[in-house]
Amino acid sequence: MQTTWAYTSNYFVYSAMALFTISFIAHAFETAFAVRAPEVADATQGNLLVKTLDYKRTEKTARIATAMMILGFLLLLAGVICRGISAKHVPWGNMYEFSITGALAFTGAYLAALRKYDLRWLGVFVSFSVLITLGTAITLLYRNSAPLVPALKSTWLVIHVTSAIISGGVFLLANVVAASYLYLERVESRGPRPAWLQRVPSLEVLDQLSYRLVAFVFPLWTFAVIAGAIWAESAWGRYWGWDPKETWAFITWVAYAAYLHARVTVGWRGRRAAWLCIFAGSTFLFNYVYVNVWGTGKHTYSGL
Amino acid sequence: MSQETEIPELGFLGLARYAWRQLTSMRTALILLMLMGVAAIPGSLIPQRITNPMAVRDFITQNPALSLWYDRLSLFDVYGSPWFSAIYILLFISLIGCVLPRSLEHFKAMRAQPPATPKNLARLEEYQKFDTDSQVLDRASTWFKQHRFRVLNEGQSLSAEKGYLRETGNLLFHLSLILILIGVSFGSLFGMKGDAIVNVGERFINVPTSYDTLSFGKLTGEKSLTPFQIHVDKFVAQYDPATNAPKDYTAWVTVTNDGVTRKETIKVNEPLTFGNTRVYLQANGYSPVVTVRDSKGDVAFQGPVPFLPQDGNLRSIGAIKVPDAIPQVGFVGSFVPTNSRSAGQGAISIFPELLDPKLLFSVWKGNLGLDSGVPQSVYRLDTTKLTKVGLGSVKPGETFTYPEGSITLETVVPWINLQVVEDPGKKYALVGGIVAVLGLLSSLYGRRRRIWIRVTSDGVEVAGLAKNGAPGLEAEIKNFLAALKGEK
Repeated sequence: MQTTWAYTSNYFVYSAMALFTISFIAHAFETAFAVRAPEVADATQGNLLVKTLDYKRTEKTARIATAMMILGFLLLLAGVICRGISAKHVPWGNMYEFSITGALAFTGAYLAALRKYDLRWLGVFVSFSVLITLGTAITLLYRNSAPLVPALKSTWLVIHVTSAIISGGVFLLANVVAASYLYLERVESRGPRPAWLQRVPSLEVLDQLSYRLVAFVFPLWTFAVIAGAIWAESAWGRYWGWDPKETWAFITWVAYAAYLHARVTVGWRGRRAAWLCIFAGSTFLFNYVYVNVWGTGKHTYSGL
Repeated sequence: MSQETEIPELGFLGLARYAWRQLTSMRTALILLMLMGVAAIPGSLIPQRITNPMAVRDFITQNPALSLWYDRLSLFDVYGSPWFSAIYILLFISLIGCVLPRSLEHFKAMRAQPPATPKNLARLEEYQKFDTDSQVLDRASTWFKQHRFRVLNEGQSLSAEKGYLRETGNLLFHLSLILILIGVSFGSLFGMKGDAIVNVGERFINVPTSYDTLSFGKLTGEKSLTPFQIHVDKFVAQYDPATNAPKDYTAWVTVTNDGVTRKETIKVNEPLTFGNTRVYLQANGYSPVVTVRDSKGDVAFQGPVPFLPQDGNLRSIGAIKVPDAIPQVGFVGSFVPTNSRSAGQGAISIFPELLDPKLLFSVWKGNLGLDSGVPQSVYRLDTTKLTKVGLGSVKPGETFTYPEGSITLETVVPWINLQVVEDPGKKYALVGGIVAVLGLLSSLYGRRRRIWIRVTSDGVEVAGLAKNGAPGLEAEIKNFLAALKGEK
């Protein structure tokens, strides 16, 4: 039954999308307009004009972008909570609910990391990917708010899925950072960075950052898998059964374990580490999309 | 032609040592780890016997040639296949070979003193120098003790170290993986798993003949079954009227175990527990209760016959076999809890509850072949050698008559599928899992660092060193200095 709460939730999600759009535009605007062509006389290198970034001019836009992101996060949070109230369970009973909560976790991971690192250069990607996620969710994946099927009625739903969503948010953030690393490395190998990329931290910092994110969240992912196993034991009669979702969770776990070993023990850095990080993150995404949409197995519930 | 390359003689022992070193090297472990991830992939794309035997059967009928090769490569049983086992066994040997020596080393290091203070502290991180005062080493010593550093006192200098938990956690994590593997193998060698369909109002006794399917681990057998009985008193399934999705399943049962009888409920997330054995509510459906009479009106069969659900609205199919009738008769049936008709499919169910139940069937006569020794599915009737004598449908209380007799649908009872699982290894796996997370936490968040303080003729020197470039040393030394200068 579709309740007022569910409609309220939808309004919140739509409003959050509007704010993420503004945030995206502001971020793009900021990056574009911070580029300053030099005074003709002083800054030429050979025949090339060296453009610089001057963030003083766009500081206001940048603030607007971040503020909109925070507001969007809050509205989305309200949307997720209302969805939960309407369905009378934690809002991750189907893929629509999982997507909006995942987008919330991803934004949350970005905003939390923003407090510690100057990550505003990532804002364009973050707001864009959140927009895409929410857009797909509300157009393709939307399902009316409904009660949970009996197998999902468990405290473990909260524990297992929360930890999986948070891990996913951080893994994807690490992926974005690693991808930026690879892109920048290519750019730098051809000469100095163009002006609009000067804001992005050095390769070394990016390399460290993606590692830190993974190392931070790997124990949580391990916990998510183990919590899932404990839940499976009481719901399905076995704690591990190589269900497609379980298999891919295991593959993701193994891939990140390999990444951590490669970095800590073998000393991989830079490009190879970034590729491994992206590979591991892709297994997570694959698990989310493939197993939910096309896969069979015990993790598919009531039409997505 | 006859020129042979000189190969230095390794000998068997040398070769073994070389192989062992290769296997336990980090690079091999890493390759094996990645290989295991890759090897797990086909099992999620190709149907597996352990998760979906029906899909495997369908796949084999559709692609017989390909399936032959799949079977040769164990691709329908990836997780029990020789190549998958080879990878994880090698990985675990490599892991043991790596972790055990490191554990010994770590154990020694934990009992050893911190290393002596380096000569030139100025080259180290966070170097500070300030004026001396007489009690500075005492205060430093107190601060180290308060913060649980291990300290080596060298008279004019102190060398302090902290953060062994990092390596301890790391080793515990890897050892716990071995424990998980032991738990998993223990469970598969000594466990059992079985399914039984039980009609409401009937009793399940935990003996091999009660099961529809039953399998034991390699090192256990029928004697291991826990003696208990479960009488199914009542079963209620609730469905959401808007979406037809299930909301709740509850079975009320009377359990007899060790001479004690008690009332219990079983729900999807709440199995019954008897020691290492648990009983789960895994599926449910309907059993039409029918009475079949022969042409003289004598009862040839009476009782509930479980039908297998085919969709979410519990349209079910099944077969009623009556070998005691003369001639033998059989019914190929379909049962719908809430009857409706669709143009394409005929009778369909539009809701999973018994709102308007109906049993539809064709009647066949002839030798049912039950004595032929060829195993038959109880849900299907092989009609190739039978003659069709009727086609009908009945609602509860109604009787359908055909030349050889009649069938009456008395009522309909639900059945539940009880899954009985015994897994003596799971507690080890659980302990392993908990230790793994704790170990990971301390190994990834733990920071190993050293702080030195030395009193020289012209002042006090302080410096530190953070292993693995761990953050936070700066703040720690700041606190330390504040304590030394009495600012605390």
